[in-house]
Amino acid sequence: MDGLLFSDLTVWSMDWTLLILLVVPTVVHGNPTVTVRTGSGPPVGSNQHPNSVPLSEDTQTTTEVREVVVEEVMMTGMLNPSHYPARRAATVVQHYLNTRYGSPYRWIFLSKVHSGSAEDVAEMRKYQLELTMQEIISNVSGQCSAELLFPGGEGQSAPQVQASCEGLLQSNTTAQEEAFYQQHRASNNMVSGNDIPDSYGHMEPNMKPFWHLGGVASSFIMLRESNESTLYNMAQVANFTQLETEKDQLRVNYHVLLHEMISQEIIHWKLLVTWSPEQGVQVLQTELQPKCHNCEAPPNTTN
Amino acid sequence: MMKGLLVLTVLFVAIFGKETFEGDKVLRITAKNEVQLTLLKDLAEMEHLQLDVWMEPIDLSTPVDIRVPFTSLQTVKAFLETEDIPYSVMIMDLQVMLDEEKEQRLSAARATEPRTTDDYNYTNYHNGDEIYSFQDMLVAENPKLVSKIVIGQSYEGRPLNVLKFSTGGTNRRGIWINTGIHSREWITQASGTWFAKKIVTDYGHDATLTAILDNMDIFLEIVTNPDGYNYSHKTNRMWRKTRKPNPGSSCVGTDPNRNWDAGFGTAGSSGNPCDQTYRGPKAHSESEVKSIVDFVKSHGNLKAFIDIHSYSQRLMYPYGYTATPCNDQRELHDLARKAITGLASLYGTSFRYGSVMTTIYRASGISIDWSYNQGIKYSYTFELRDTGRYGFILPANQIIPTAKEAWLALMAIMEHTKDNTN
Repeated sequence: MDGLLFSDLTVWSMDWTLLILLVVPTVVHGNPTVTVRTGSGPPVGSNQHPNSVPLSEDTQTTTEVREVVVEEVMMTGMLNPSHYPARRAATVVQHYLNTRYGSPYRWIFLSKVHSGSAEDVAEMRKYQLELTMQEIISNVSGQCSAELLFPGGEGQSAPQVQASCEGLLQSNTTAQEEAFYQQHRASNNMVSGNDIPDSYGHMEPNMKPFWHLGGVASSFIMLRESNESTLYNMAQVANFTQLETEKDQLRVNYHVLLHEMISQEIIHWKLLVTWSPEQGVQVLQTELQPKCHNCEAPPNTTN
Repeated sequence: MMKGLLVLTVLFVAIFGKETFEGDKVLRITAKNEVQLTLLKDLAEMEHLQLDVWMEPIDLSTPVDIRVPFTSLQTVKAFLETEDIPYSVMIMDLQVMLDEEKEQRLSAARATEPRTTDDYNYTNYHNGDEIYSFQDMLVAENPKLVSKIVIGQSYEGRPLNVLKFSTGGTNRRGIWINTGIHSREWITQASGTWFAKKIVTDYGHDATLTAILDNMDIFLEIVTNPDGYNYSHKTNRMWRKTRKPNPGSSCVGTDPNRNWDAGFGTAGSSGNPCDQTYRGPKAHSESEVKSIVDFVKSHGNLKAFIDIHSYSQRLMYPYGYTATPCNDQRELHDLARKAITGLASLYGTSFRYGSVMTTIYRASGISIDWSYNQGIKYSYTFELRDTGRYGFILPANQIIPTAKEAWLALMAIMEHTKDNTN
C-alpha cells in the first residue's frame, strides 16, 4: 500500500514532488485500487522488456476476469492543474456558471486551471480552484475563484458550487438578447431545428442562438449529474422545437446529446427550457431518454 | 445552354487564335431597319477589326451579338453611335467571365470526384470510399515514395489499409501513426489524410522531414476502424466502436482502444457489450486490432507508435492501466512538452500533457500501453481539437489548422525518435 502512495506522488512532475513533500503535508487515502489481472500484463520472465511494468505489480495470476469496483485514490491537498481531478472539478464550475449567467448570447467554457486543492470535509469532498473561464461568443476571459462540494455517501444529490469571477461577464449582450427575444416571442412561426451542429460541424446562422441556449440549458443537467468520476459536455442538439410563449418567456423543447468523457457514453436528455432577457434560462422539466435503441441494430438488420 | 456552347466555341477559337480575351466585350446590337442591318453585315466583314460574330445579322427581330476585341472597341462603338444603331454590352470582359466559369467548373469537379490528390478537398470531411480513393491516387502519383499495405480486414470485410512512406532500405526503423480508431473522431481521419499529402509534399523540400524519411519509414493507417466510420456516416454520427455483434446481446461493437493486451480486463474498461468502453470478449478479439498487432510484431523494428484521437487537446504517454510511471516517463514527458510547445507556436492552441492515467482517466487495454510494453518507447496518444465546444463534430474549416498544428508535434516526436534510436 505504501508502494501505491509513493507511485501516486511520482506521477506528478518531479519538480513539484519535493516541494510538496517538504511544504504541504499530503495525505492520500481512500481504498487503494484492487486489480485482478488475467495475467495479461507485460511478458514475465527472461524476455521481459526493460520498458515494461516492474514485476512487483504482476505477481497476481488468475485465469478469470473478475469485475471489481474500483475506487480511485482520491487526491487530497494541492492538485496538479494538468491532471484530471482538478479538470473535472473545474468543468463542474463551468456548468454552474452557465446555469447562472448563460443565455442565447452568453456561453462560458473552461479555459485554464491555475491551481486547486481538495480535502475531505465530513462525508464530502471539497475543492478550491483558481480558474480562467472564457465567454466564447465575445471571446472575453475572466479569472474565477470557486469552491465546490461533492456530496459523499450514496446520495445522488448535485454538487454545490460557489464562484466569483472578474471580468468574465463584460460583454454587452443586451441588444442581441433583446432582438432575439422580440423576434421570437410573438412569433407565428415556431422555430425548430435538428442536428445542430450537423455531422460536419455546420449550422445555419439563425440556429446559433438556439445552439447556445441548448448548451446553457444542458448545463443544468450536467451540473446536477456531475461527480468526481464524470466529465460532461454537450455533444449536439439533436432537435429543438419552439412552443408558444407563456408568461413572457420563450419556451423551447430540446432533445440534447450529452457526452460523458469517462464512460464515453452519449446520453440523451429531453428538456423544457424557458428564457427571457430578464428571467434568464430556466429548465422546467428534464427527462432522461433510454439508450438509443436504433443505434444498436441487431446483426440481421441491414444498414 | 447556348451560352455554354458559345463559350466552348470561344475556347476553341482561343486555341487557334488569340490566347486571351482580356478586355474584350460582347455587344448585343439591335438594328432598327434594313439599312442598319446591311451596315452591320459590312462591319462584321471588316477583317482588320477581327470581330467575332456570335449571332449573325439575320433579320430585324433578332439581335446581333458580336465579340469585339479590346483593340477594336473604340472604332466599333464610334461607328455604332455615329450611325445611331442601338447596342448594349452583354459581356463586360470576356476573360473575366471565362476565368469565373473555369473556377466554378473546377470546384464542382472537386465536389464530385477529385482526379488527383491536388484537387482533393482537404477542407471537408470525406467518407471511407473517398479516403480509400485518395490513398490509391497518392500511391499512383508517388510510386517511389508511397505504397499501400493491406494488413487485414475489418469485421464487415473492408480492407485495412496502411500507407508506407519509404525511401528504400530493408526493414528500416519505422514510425507508426494511426487515426480514426474511434470512428466518431472525424477530425482524426481528416488530419491523417492531410498528413499523408504533407509527407509527399515535404519530402525533398523540408530538411527535417527529408532526414527522417532518409533514415526511417513512416506507416500511416488513416481509417483504422472503417466499419465504424461507415456507420458514423450512414446511421449514427456518434458511433465509436467496431461493428462486430456480441453473441447473446443486442448491442454491437467493441471499443477497439480497450481491446489491446495491456492490462486487458482490468479497471478502465467495461465488460458490458452495451457500453462504449466494452473491451471485447478477449484481447485482440477485434480484427482491426489484431491486424495491427500482427503487423507490428512481424515488422519488429518500429520505434514510435502514435495513436490519434479527439477531442480534448492532450498529448499523452503510457500508462493508462496503471498509476505506476513507465520507465521512460521523464524522457517522454520532456518530449511531450517540446512537441506541444511546437504545436502551440502555430495558432496558440494549448494542449495538456502527461500520462494517460493522470491526465484523463484510467483506461485499460489501450493501444499505446501495448506498444510500449512491446518495446516501442515513443508511444504517444493525441487528443486533437477542441476542448468541448464542438467536440466530435468539429467544423470542417478547422481541419487544416488542426492538422497543421498537430503535424508540428508529430515532427518533434519523429525527429527525436530518429535521433535517439538505432
